[in-house]
Amino acid sequence: MLYGVSTMSLFTGTDLLCFRGERVVFTDLAFAINAGDALVLRGHNGSGKSTLLRLLAGLLKAQKGDISWNGENILDEPEQHNQRLHYVGHLDPIKPVLTVRENISFWSELRGHENDVDAALAAFGIMFLCDVPGRFLSAGQKRRVNLARIIASPAPLWLLDEPTTALDTDAILALERAIATHRQSGGMVIASTHTDIGLDSAKTLNLDDFTPTEYAA
Amino acid sequence: MNRFFTLVRRDLKMSMRQGMDNVMVIMFFVLAVILFPFGVGPEPTILARIGAGVIWVAALLSAMLSLERLFQTDFEDGSLELLALQPMALEITVFAKITVHWLTTGMALIAATPLLAIFMNVPSDGFWMLVLTLALGTPSLSLIGAIGAALILGSRRGGVLLSLLVLPLYIPILIFGVGAIDAAVSGFPIRSHLMILGGLLVAALPLCPWASAGAIRQALET
Repeated sequence: MLYGVSTMSLFTGTDLLCFRGERVVFTDLAFAINAGDALVLRGHNGSGKSTLLRLLAGLLKAQKGDISWNGENILDEPEQHNQRLHYVGHLDPIKPVLTVRENISFWSELRGHENDVDAALAAFGIMFLCDVPGRFLSAGQKRRVNLARIIASPAPLWLLDEPTTALDTDAILALERAIATHRQSGGMVIASTHTDIGLDSAKTLNLDDFTPTEYAA
Repeated sequence: MNRFFTLVRRDLKMSMRQGMDNVMVIMFFVLAVILFPFGVGPEPTILARIGAGVIWVAALLSAMLSLERLFQTDFEDGSLELLALQPMALEITVFAKITVHWLTTGMALIAATPLLAIFMNVPSDGFWMLVLTLALGTPSLSLIGAIGAALILGSRRGGVLLSLLVLPLYIPILIFGVGAIDAAVSGFPIRSHLMILGGLLVAALPLCPWASAGAIRQALET
């Protein structure tokens, strides 16, 4: 196993309840995925896809319920959890004054891996951008750099929030290939998306099912 | 520890490439001090009396000017939430950013001080004491300011709020910084002033990164 994850490894959420402000976003939410699995989050705007991904990353805390990795609550050892996850949010953290290569190698150095920046850039077809400062990138190119960042340093759990935003069809294909390789080597993917990305035998979690009835659209 | 230096290196590199930001802080420092002889008149004795205090107040305001951007840019482009998701304590991340803030503003302020001290006719007894107190005091300014910079994340008009939060907390540093210089000039013992300045720094070193990290976690929960 590439990620040193045993086949038993299991990422689970049970009985999750989350409210933002006064509104209950979802309740009684549960999921379980194994090494090599993909979970696609679906649901209306505001159904809590991003909120759930931030919960899974440990950025937010659920008001009720547990999220555990191999039976161990992720909040017990937050730094260990950070070591095994990659999070791609709505924003692309690309520094305008640093080149694409500097941007990516900074993040992989922080994770303490020897990094393979070139291979990651090649996977998203942006090798030619490697010495270009971030301020000259288009929105789609920034997103490609952000996705190349998560390939450059391996981690078993990918949390992707609308990863296809601003991507063209070529880049979406590259992302599908990257996810497939990641899963073959035992990685897990949890992604929220409105467009279809080709994921073999992916599980689906529809967040509308967990919206309390009084708020249901 | 390697991660700490990785972060310091990146931030220093970025601040070198956006060199104007730091130059402007130093220019503000110099201009603010230069305004005083115009305001109170060029009488050498008056300038000698107020010189050290003026330089200290101007240093304090300049340090605060650059604080607003300490976490703001990283917060806006999503870097901060990603930094919070790295396998290192957020406190270390915050400490690295404070270190860079001090290296790029505090150190530069100290470097500009001798020139201004001559300009303000600071007595020779107080000259080195001025540099020494700034060396002891400016790290505390960066550390305490980081709490304010973290608290204003996500708020509009953050800059004004920041000064309201941070300036009152700077008062003790100002009092003992200028107190040490006055004592040196009038021949009184300086030890107690310096020890209190050092004590404030030692207390701020662990407490401020911890408090700032807490405020950042709070800001990221929205």
